[in-house]
Amino acid sequence: MPYNERIDGRKFDETREIEAKVGVIARADGSAMFKIGNTWAYAAVYGPRNLHPKFLQDPQKGILRCNYNMMPFSSSGERVRPGGSRRSKEISLVTGKALLPVLNLDEYPNSVVDVFIELPQTEAGSRCAGICAASMALADAGLEMKDLVCAVSFGKVDGSLLVDLDYSEESYKDGPVADIPIAMMPNSGKITLLQMDGEIRKEELMELIEKAKKVMADIYEVQKKALKEKYHEVEI
Amino acid sequence: MSKIIVQDKSIAVPGETLAVGMDMLPGSGTYREGESIKANRLGLAVIDGRTIKLIPLSGRYIPKTGDTIICKVIDVSFSGWRLDTNSAYSAMMSMKDATSEFIARGANLTQYYDLGDYVMCKIVNVTSQKLVDVTMKGPGLRKLRGGRVIEVDPNKVPRIIGKQGSMVIMIKDATKCNISVGQNGLVWIDGEPLNELLAIQAMRKIERESHLSGLTDKIKDFLEKNGVHRTNV
Repeated sequence: MPYNERIDGRKFDETREIEAKVGVIARADGSAMFKIGNTWAYAAVYGPRNLHPKFLQDPQKGILRCNYNMMPFSSSGERVRPGGSRRSKEISLVTGKALLPVLNLDEYPNSVVDVFIELPQTEAGSRCAGICAASMALADAGLEMKDLVCAVSFGKVDGSLLVDLDYSEESYKDGPVADIPIAMMPNSGKITLLQMDGEIRKEELMELIEKAKKVMADIYEVQKKALKEKYHEVEI
Repeated sequence: MSKIIVQDKSIAVPGETLAVGMDMLPGSGTYREGESIKANRLGLAVIDGRTIKLIPLSGRYIPKTGDTIICKVIDVSFSGWRLDTNSAYSAMMSMKDATSEFIARGANLTQYYDLGDYVMCKIVNVTSQKLVDVTMKGPGLRKLRGGRVIEVDPNKVPRIIGKQGSMVIMIKDATKCNISVGQNGLVWIDGEPLNELLAIQAMRKIERESHLSGLTDKIKDFLEKNGVHRTNV
């Protein structure tokens, strides 16, 4: 049976409800929150700061260290064991790689910028929410970046091309599923993250990427608004 | 003819297009991509004639030659002191730059500056690898005794000081405190405890509202309303 209608009633190219806020963690140099449906991500940026151990230092430029962490009771499945896992290590790595193309850390040789992404509750699309939050937090930390990074997952569920899969769609049992998280620089349309779980035709993938550009523009607007709001709050 | 897209003194986010056309020039915090000028960071867009620049609103301090900063002594070595500059890089103060006093061979350097002491010093050199050298020879450079040190956003330091020091002089007069502002975002305040608190509150207010106009009047009102505390001695 084809997947003609989404369980939560959304249109095929509609994301879940998005909410963003900047400056949520006072002690951090930059911080942001990004909620998409029931997936919540908080990102805190510390630095540039002194880097130890010393062998990690790069005398040419600063380095970016990302840490993705799901809280113990954040997911609908079993309790997530605290501490790093194979999965969190991979996501930390790809998050860093998705953010690095926009960042310029040449001014900070031998130092590090730390990004901590915490997810108090998740329901699919957590790496994308994490990337969105982290990119806002990096901007809030005053780092030089030529663009923000927007991310959202796309996919094909039983023949239908969808935007922002939720958990029920990601784990759809009655047909084949392809889950494709994409991160993009919204202004230039360049892709900084493209992963895929499942199978999809080349033409369909290209169609999804075209669709992504439009969705990313919407997410960029939300991020932009959140960043600007931080400085307007006082005026009221 | 160029088209300016942002309003003067509005907040721009990374990647936002500020202006289109080759007549306008990209200033600090912006870059050109094709015809358009885009924001390179989060900041306040300022249009100055033909150039557009961004004034940063956040970010850590980066050591710059000529800055007067407040540092904490974090290590004492054979030849000098290592100082925490409230940035990603520590600074080195050599014996000859530290004091005009004669330091005998093999003297215990902690009798001049001990661990945890705060000093006001000036950056004389920053290398490409951000090795920082500071000196304490110069007017107003000294060890800070008593009082308290608070941390403010280094990007707000110009607003705390004000034009020709007008803002900090106003706070000093109103609170009867001695205040020294380091460009690295550390501020030393020494006075009656309640007045010190008032000075801190005033600076926090400046920090929060620094991007809004009419700040001096607001702070003046604030200081007048909250008054000066005097202890009966």
